[in-house]
Parts: sequence; structure tokens; C-alpha cells
Amino acid sequence: MASGRDDFIIAVRSAFLKKSNKQQFSLLALIIFSVFLIFLSNLNFIGIKYLKTGINEATYRLSALISYPEKKLNDTIVFFKEYFIVYEENQNLKNQIDKLNNERLNYIFLENENKRLKEIVGENSSFIDGVVSRVLIDKDGKFLKSIILNKGSKDGIKIGMVVLEKNYLVGQVIEVNFTTSRAILISDLNSNIPVVIEPGSFQSILSGTGKDYGKIKYSKNEIKFKDNDIVYTSGSGGNFRAGLPIGKIDNQIEKFGVQFFSDLSQLSYVKIQSIAPAEE
Amino acid sequence: MVQKKINLKNKFLKYFPLILLYFSVLNEFDIDVSNDWLISFNLPFIIIFYWSLKDPDQIGNGLIFISGILNDVTLGYPIGISSFIYLTIIAFAAYLRNITLRPNIYKDSVVFLVAILFANSVNALILGFIFSIEINFFEIITNITFTYVLYFLFAKIFNYLKPVGA
Repeated sequence: MASGRDDFIIAVRSAFLKKSNKQQFSLLALIIFSVFLIFLSNLNFIGIKYLKTGINEATYRLSALISYPEKKLNDTIVFFKEYFIVYEENQNLKNQIDKLNNERLNYIFLENENKRLKEIVGENSSFIDGVVSRVLIDKDGKFLKSIILNKGSKDGIKIGMVVLEKNYLVGQVIEVNFTTSRAILISDLNSNIPVVIEPGSFQSILSGTGKDYGKIKYSKNEIKFKDNDIVYTSGSGGNFRAGLPIGKIDNQIEKFGVQFFSDLSQLSYVKIQSIAPAEE
Repeated sequence: MVQKKINLKNKFLKYFPLILLYFSVLNEFDIDVSNDWLISFNLPFIIIFYWSLKDPDQIGNGLIFISGILNDVTLGYPIGISSFIYLTIIAFAAYLRNITLRPNIYKDSVVFLVAILFANSVNALILGFIFSIEINFFEIITNITFTYVLYFLFAKIFNYLKPVGA
């Protein structure tokens, strides 16, 4: 019994402390050092921030280069998938065009009316056009859904700016380096966006699910959202400006699920915008 | 001439695990099977466990530590987490190496399963409780399952990739 315990202790001690000829560091020393780094990361130690920013620039570029073949392969697979469904999609699009043409006239009227009303109440609705950025890496990590963009602080990017694709909200900038930045996607589990659901103007919170759709949270029980109700940012809290389209309700995925307008796995170019109104 | 070829091949095989490790931490392997299913597996875990078990001199602990830092930067995690996780995998492999007289892939795979379960649990605990990052547990379980299953395949491949005379 004692011998078995001794063997265990010897094996563990050897695993943690013994260095072979070519090893520079013992396992225990490196474990202690990594725990120390985690501790400093948790405290937001300034040195760790500089270290991270320093490594970020080189790593993002290298990672983008290495991910290029995989990205191209995925693009090719998507291309062939889309090719096979093109006929059915064409029929649907024709129907949609007819419907949209009818709605367009109504929309033009409403837009003009909206402009007139905004002039009456004195609201400035012009916003900075934004910076177009290429998606360097769209890593689908187990713990974080984020994208790396090729624009950074030298292009005027700041933390909190919104990321759009074809005017649809896809994320928000959470980390800025000199020439690159990272944006968290709206599909991330940690993403919570104040939204308004039309028709009805119901205020709620849209949360990411970690998958390719979102979910409406914290709505009153008696409200029943219907399929194809549109989800916009509400502007509450000041983190997003109001009226950015995000997606539509799809109760087929799950109750109060939200199908995003943008395909978050296929982002190539995005627009980064400030949430602040432009100065006149 | 033949000796030269063997030397060249040995040189390539010597650095292959290291190149593959750095390639995989900078480009996490995810295979999108359909819209609802995402097969993802953790190749760095397999590489680190296998080579720490079979030939620890092939990839140094320090280089594995640095690869963890790069993984944190690439995926946007707090610095130090992946390094710590990779080092725990090495610890399991080193312990198994010390107590094993006759290596067997099935015994190795059992310890590998325990190692990746432990590593992912610690990872989830650190991210969830210390850094308050929400986690999709189903995705982690899927990742662990595929990592474990693919260990057998990669172990077979790596067996052929050992330098001549090693």
C-alpha cells in the first residue's frame, strides 16, 4: 500500500519537476507562470494589455494567412450549396419582388412623412458613414463568437462602435489595436442587445445563442411574437443607435428565435460606424 | 544520396509536430457539416498529448506554453488560460509515461479522455466564474467527443511520422 502511494508520488513529482535534456523549463514552473498570467489578466494589469496588443498585430495577420485555405474551402462549399438551391430561390425571389414593389410605394410615402416629422421635432438623423473593413478572421471559437477586422485605432476605430453588413447589425467592436480590431458577433452567448420588435413596438432584449440565430429574452408573457416580425435596435442604454435592422422572428427554430438578416459565417466586408450622431 | 534524403526527411519530421501545433492554434479546425451540425475538434490537445507521451523532446514545454498564448490571442480569451490548459494536458501525459511499462493505445486513450475532460472543465470554470464569459456546454461536449474519437486516427498517423531511428 505504502509502496503504491510512493510510486504515485514519484510519478507525479517526476512529471512536474523532471526536465529532459532538451527541455528548458520544468512543467511546474510554467504552470505557476501561466496561473500568474491568468491572475494578472483578471486584474486587467496594464503590462498584460501591452503584451496582448503587441502580440495581437502579428498574430492576427499570421492567423488570417493560415486560415486563408480553410476560408476558401468553406466559401467553395457554400457556393456549391447555394448553386443547388438557386432555382427554388429564384421563384421565391420573384414572388418577393412583386410583394416588395407593392410595399415600396407605401415605404416612400412613410419615409417622406418620417423626414417631415423629424424636421418638425428637430431630430438629427444623419450619422457618420463609417469605415469599410475587411474581415481578416471569422473564428468560430467554442467560447467566443468574434471576428477580426483589418481596421484599428489608426483608422479611427473605437471600442463600442457598431459593425454592420449591408446596413444590418452584426456586432460591436470590443478590442482595438493599431491596425486591427475585434468585434463580438450578435450570435455570441454574451451578446445582449436592447431591441424593439415591429409591428407593436415591443421593447425587449435580444441575446445570442452561440449558434447562427438569436433569441428574444425578457419579454412579457402575454406578448406573442409572430413569424417575420422585424427586430430593430431600440437605442436604449446608448450602446446602439435606434432603428438598425437585425433579423426577423422565426418561431420554427425555437420560441421567439430570431433569424439574423446577415449570414454571420459568411462575412467578408463590414462597415464600422460610430453610434454618435455626426457633428453638423 | 540516400543518407541525405533520410536526413532531410528526419529534419522535416522533427519539426512537423511543432509546425502542426502552431498551425492548429492559429487556425482552429471546425468542419461545418450542415446548418445544424458543427463538427469541431481540438487538434492542439491531440498533438500535445501524443507527443508529450511518446517523445517529449519533440515539442518543448516552453514552445507549448507560447502556443497557448497565441491561441488566447487568436480566440480572444484572457492571456494565460490556454497555456495553463495545455500544460495540464502535458502533466497527464507525463504521469502516464512515468507509470507505463508497456504502451497501449487504448490505455493512452482513456487517460487522454480524462485529460481533455479535466482540461475543458478547468477552462469552462475559469472562463465562467473568473471572467464571467457565458459558455455553450453542448458545443464543448461535442468538441470533446470528436477530439477523443479522432485521437485514434491521429495517433495512427503520428506513429508513421516518427523520424527514422527515433
